[in-house]
Amino acid sequence: MHKSLRNLILVTLILAMVLSLAACGGEKAAEPDNSTEVETPSRAATNEVNVGIAQDLEDSLDPHLAQAAGTREVLFNIFEGLVKPDSEGNIIPAVAADYSVSEDGKVYTFTLRDGITFHNGDAVTVDDVVYSVSRAAGMLDDGAYMAKDTLKGVVSVEATDDKTVVITLADTNTEFLACLATTNVAIIPEDYADQATNPVGTGPFKYVSRSPQENFVMEKYDGYWGEGAKLDKVTYLITNADSLVMSLKSGAIDICAHLTADQVRSVEDQYNIEKDTMKLVQALYLNNAVAPFDDVRVRQALCYAVNVDEIIDLVVDGNGVRVGSSMFPAFQKYFVEELSDYYTQDIEKAKELLTEAGYPDGFSMTITVPSVYPQHVQTGEVIAEQLKAVGITAEIQQVEWGTWLEQVYSNRDFQSTVVGFDTSTMTARGMLERWTNDHAKNMINFNSPEYDELFRQAIVCTDDAEQTELYRQMETILAEQAANVYIQDLYDMVAVNPALDGLTFYPVYVLDLSTVYYK
Amino acid sequence: MKKRNWNLRIGCCITGVLVLMIIVGIFWTPYEPNAMSSADKQMAPCLAHLFGTDQFGRDIFSRVLEGGRTSLFIAVCTVAIGAGVGIVVGSLTGYFGGWLDEVLMRLNDSVAAFPSILLALVCVSVFGSGKYKIILTLGILFIPSFARIVRGEFVKERNRDYVENAKIMGAGPFRILFAHILPNVKTVLMSSMAIGFNNAVLAEASMSYLSMGVQPPDASLGRMLSESQSALFTTPWYAICTGTFLVLLILGISLVGQGLQEREDL
Repeated sequence: MHKSLRNLILVTLILAMVLSLAACGGEKAAEPDNSTEVETPSRAATNEVNVGIAQDLEDSLDPHLAQAAGTREVLFNIFEGLVKPDSEGNIIPAVAADYSVSEDGKVYTFTLRDGITFHNGDAVTVDDVVYSVSRAAGMLDDGAYMAKDTLKGVVSVEATDDKTVVITLADTNTEFLACLATTNVAIIPEDYADQATNPVGTGPFKYVSRSPQENFVMEKYDGYWGEGAKLDKVTYLITNADSLVMSLKSGAIDICAHLTADQVRSVEDQYNIEKDTMKLVQALYLNNAVAPFDDVRVRQALCYAVNVDEIIDLVVDGNGVRVGSSMFPAFQKYFVEELSDYYTQDIEKAKELLTEAGYPDGFSMTITVPSVYPQHVQTGEVIAEQLKAVGITAEIQQVEWGTWLEQVYSNRDFQSTVVGFDTSTMTARGMLERWTNDHAKNMINFNSPEYDELFRQAIVCTDDAEQTELYRQMETILAEQAANVYIQDLYDMVAVNPALDGLTFYPVYVLDLSTVYYK
Repeated sequence: MKKRNWNLRIGCCITGVLVLMIIVGIFWTPYEPNAMSSADKQMAPCLAHLFGTDQFGRDIFSRVLEGGRTSLFIAVCTVAIGAGVGIVVGSLTGYFGGWLDEVLMRLNDSVAAFPSILLALVCVSVFGSGKYKIILTLGILFIPSFARIVRGEFVKERNRDYVENAKIMGAGPFRILFAHILPNVKTVLMSSMAIGFNNAVLAEASMSYLSMGVQPPDASLGRMLSESQSALFTTPWYAICTGTFLVLLILGISLVGQGLQEREDL
């Protein structure tokens, strides 16, 4: 008798174990709300929303230092530069009320907006502006400021009176305004030491708190100069990709961007799904400095071996646009459409190239992918499968986001990786400059003197058409040299609580929450 | 009246069928487990795809067979390392005692003091992930429990008459250890190996579930459970079929372990 009882207990325990394995992580998110409806009266009543994000803001909350696109996406709501992008891709005045550009494109004069204040209540002064721009440009100390390279041409930043700041450049740069329109050149208070832990800016939201690996909270800033946020409070919940669907189903999250096709299918009956391209270039990025990828023929073989359309179909259910170089379609002017099918799958050709390069039987390689991004992991999986046809064995190595940033992005200690690269400035330069040979962020160690020369010409060019042409040539070089195996600009699928409205998309990778409101 | 040992019978049947399936899967699966096909995405179970297909159009039945093999292989190796080293450590410390016992068992305690998953995560972040590293990590983690069980048995046996007799006959210590005592602790060892085996299957599944174990595209039952989770509502058969296979595998071996113990008790 007692033996059968023991068996019963045993079976129950095992079942419970396996079930808990499948439900692990979902429990926590479901706790605050037991109803299955999306609409949570409590959050609508207090005019707040919860936003799900995949990765923690581990790099830095200091806008000048924030590296990750995911971090800048959040900080966009807290910080502004002298100018900022709008949803149509124009550059509009922000901290500056007005600006003028000298005829030779070397002197930019900004007039400070009246009555603009920081979140701590202090008025923004010209000294703060001079400090912020100089710091971001790396003129004050040699910190790892993200905008250091794009602002390289800045000779001086001076306040001529208490309303006017003049920025002088060494060479003509017609894209300089776009370089300023990013949180990486945000205006921050001078002599404020806690920026990395308690950020203070001028944006529509102000920082409240952050718990590592848990959440990031911001509130409406009442003293905002413009129209201001419509929501009173926004809580970003750092949600593991595995438990995301559970969190959405339970209604714990109101808005979540960057969903996979699978996740969309699971939640589309409860949420409005809004989509737009992500404005990034997803590719199998190859370390051009390590064997076997130091041989252009091997890189080209990889491009021929991969079937991009199949990847788009399998990973994102067709919700992606092919790209053939480091430029996404939203930048219509610069996007070279012909490059998208520069390489089409051709196994024979790939094998030929590999044989020429001395790898007739293929080789083994490692694809390092950040495990927080299911799209990239899955893309890696499909690529690994496709590469088998030419004899290449690809092993996938999933790493934590922090490890990826350090090992792959900073130390360049990798063979290949699947990620998406975006640009924080709304210029072609933002996408193309990083692959110049001596650029600090040239993660793939791309080395083409011709490319560097074209870039040098492009940045000083004053004629818009000529400059565009130069950038397009640079893209062509990236495709010809098969710098990377270019894949797609994915559609960004955002699940939005049907009670909310007003979400707008930008041509840069940000999620503006100031326009969102309860209907 | 001789009581029938149902646990052993049912356990052997379940384990036998599953292991047979896995063995067949080594040589033949209905489809290539990693072959993707955009035409067959997310198909519900049908005659062509017994367990349906996943988001990449891969046949889940073939993947379950391959995943089962990976899980089984890792579990067998883990138990082999754990039990192998555990028996050596346990028998030496149990039989000889003294300072060797003190040192090794304190070392043992210190390994056992950490929660095993936590220690495994630390090992993975130091050594990296992958099939063989997982085996090594889990193997080391399984040593203490085996060592302790074996030591306890040896302590119990070492003063028995047959050991004294063997000594008088002039048998050397290693002969006594492995030819005389070891066969007498076989029963305990067998059932603890069955339990250890189940723990190893579950540990591998948890590690792979946390994406620290087997790396894609290799299939393992834990990884598949993790993959199936985001599609739990749209393609429930993925999680259900994989989970059921895992439950049955563990259940079968548990029953065998229990049955073996009962047979000795009778």
